[in-house]
Amino acid sequence: MKITFLDFEQPIAELEAKIDELRFAQDDSAVDISAEIVRLQKKSHSLTHGIYAKLTPWQISQVARHPQRPYTLDYIQHLFTDFEELHGDRNFADDYAIIGGLARFNGQTVMVIGHQKGRDTKEKIHRNFGMPKPEGYRKALRLMRLAEKFSVPLFTFIDTPGAYPGIGAEERGQSEAIGKNLYVLAELKVPVICTIIGEGGSGGALALAVGDIVQMLQYATYSVISPEGCASILWKSADKAPEAAEIMGITAHRLKTMGLIDRIINEPPGGAHRDYLTIMQSVKKVLQESLRHLQEHSTEALLEKRFERLMGYGKYKEVKVK
Amino acid sequence: MSWFQKLLPPKIKRKESGEKKVVPEGLWSKCASCDAVLYYSDLGNNLNVCPKCNHHNRISARVRLDLFLDTQGRYEIGPEVQSLDPLKFKDSKRYVDRLAEAKRDTDEDDSLVVMQGSVKTVPLVAAAFEFGFMGGSMGSVVGERFVRGVQVCVEQRLAFVCFAASGGARMQEGLLSLMQMAKTTAALAQLSEERLPFISVLTDPTMGGVSASFAFLGDVVIAEPAALIGFAGPRVIEQTVRQTLPEGFQRSEFLLEHGAIDMIVDRRRMRDKIANLCTLLMRAPPVS
Repeated sequence: MKITFLDFEQPIAELEAKIDELRFAQDDSAVDISAEIVRLQKKSHSLTHGIYAKLTPWQISQVARHPQRPYTLDYIQHLFTDFEELHGDRNFADDYAIIGGLARFNGQTVMVIGHQKGRDTKEKIHRNFGMPKPEGYRKALRLMRLAEKFSVPLFTFIDTPGAYPGIGAEERGQSEAIGKNLYVLAELKVPVICTIIGEGGSGGALALAVGDIVQMLQYATYSVISPEGCASILWKSADKAPEAAEIMGITAHRLKTMGLIDRIINEPPGGAHRDYLTIMQSVKKVLQESLRHLQEHSTEALLEKRFERLMGYGKYKEVKVK
Repeated sequence: MSWFQKLLPPKIKRKESGEKKVVPEGLWSKCASCDAVLYYSDLGNNLNVCPKCNHHNRISARVRLDLFLDTQGRYEIGPEVQSLDPLKFKDSKRYVDRLAEAKRDTDEDDSLVVMQGSVKTVPLVAAAFEFGFMGGSMGSVVGERFVRGVQVCVEQRLAFVCFAASGGARMQEGLLSLMQMAKTTAALAQLSEERLPFISVLTDPTMGGVSASFAFLGDVVIAEPAALIGFAGPRVIEQTVRQTLPEGFQRSEFLLEHGAIDMIVDRRRMRDKIANLCTLLMRAPPVS
């Protein structure tokens, strides 16, 4: 797969192009230039390391939206076996922006639900750019209840710009659909492990992200509003998105410091899309540990802890009132 | 006849004809909906509902609770909870300055006021959003006060009523404010487990993170007439779908038609309705 480079990765892109050229030249060259290729590859590697060591939040949000970033279906394919996709909310439609179904994780039955984006234009439209409508959240709700009924742990994968702002979505109760999921996840009687793999866009993301453990990929983002949205409201200009990204605290590192997520899953240099196998191994390892940890607790203990955690969200002070 | 006299409804005109009085500032109000010129006092006596066209004007949280609760036995919950600036947030203004400004303008210290009291002798806890305070946005203080209100209901076995009026989550608190959606709904899950009623009243406007969390989780969901209620703002939707929105889109009547709410209740009937609903849900005898 040819890697798509982001704006701030241009130096790497140029180097990689040069390496490609040399490789091509090597085939019909008498001189051995493989040493030169190795040297350049090393340079590219260290350049990537250097750039990725000091990414700004805005750059991270570009990586989180990278067109080649692994999506929910990629994780399902690599981490689970015997996946049986389940469709539809039983009321209105099947929403392709949310995917879900039963699968096996290390042989154990689990439920998997996640946002799904598309790769090419056709698939992007089919998946509505990963922006679910009420029927998507209601399908997810149905599958959550199903998981509870058969006592199987729930894994969710979060990757959405946000819930879809459309006429039909409003007519069918987008707000209610999201609110209901928050409510049900708060008391769902099975372990719930949420992994933010790309964009955690506002309420549309939260509707799948209430659980016992919330973990985040290193270059994923999670925010109350997109940086562009925040900038256009507060600065009256979407061009201020980099500033908004900076101040809102949308990166895994920042959110971990604030105690809003539990764990960061490190990505390979250059981001998850550069090395699918490595990221899949890392995610699998963390999911295993999280699941094992949660299964040591009784359902009651789990729910109590989840409730306490939810009640603990917020930063305020208490003063004496006259 | 001057343009001003032409504008006056006949009733008011009669009163003013003859002698010329000096009219103090702020004596009149023009209805935002039907353009009728009204006495402030008339409007106030009518719960800020236009007597001509029934337009429900926005009212402050404290006025709302004052109109709603019985005068005796009120007790505020959570005034000790006060805001911080965890992100040291600054856009064109600092968050702390925006807070100070909102405090000055509204005389409130955040956008939710919660009170324990009674309605027609039915004991309950009522929360009301202050839209004038940073657009009624939900941050950590709102979430905590909401939860404390619900906890009082659980401890004393009371119904919980919330009057929403909010633009959504408070961006200046970043993801913390998103988490208030999860926090408030989780508290309601507990209320529900205790089989205690939650009555959600949606007033103009109820949008975004408030709409998409507890607002639609009421055992009974009520809206005031013609309130704007929805997940995404009309402008955002228009930009996304690139078509004109239908007439009355995201208004209470539209929601009722689409099955999203139980009823539309005139503000002047709110006390009667909610007292009756609470007694019905709690299998208590009716109140007169």
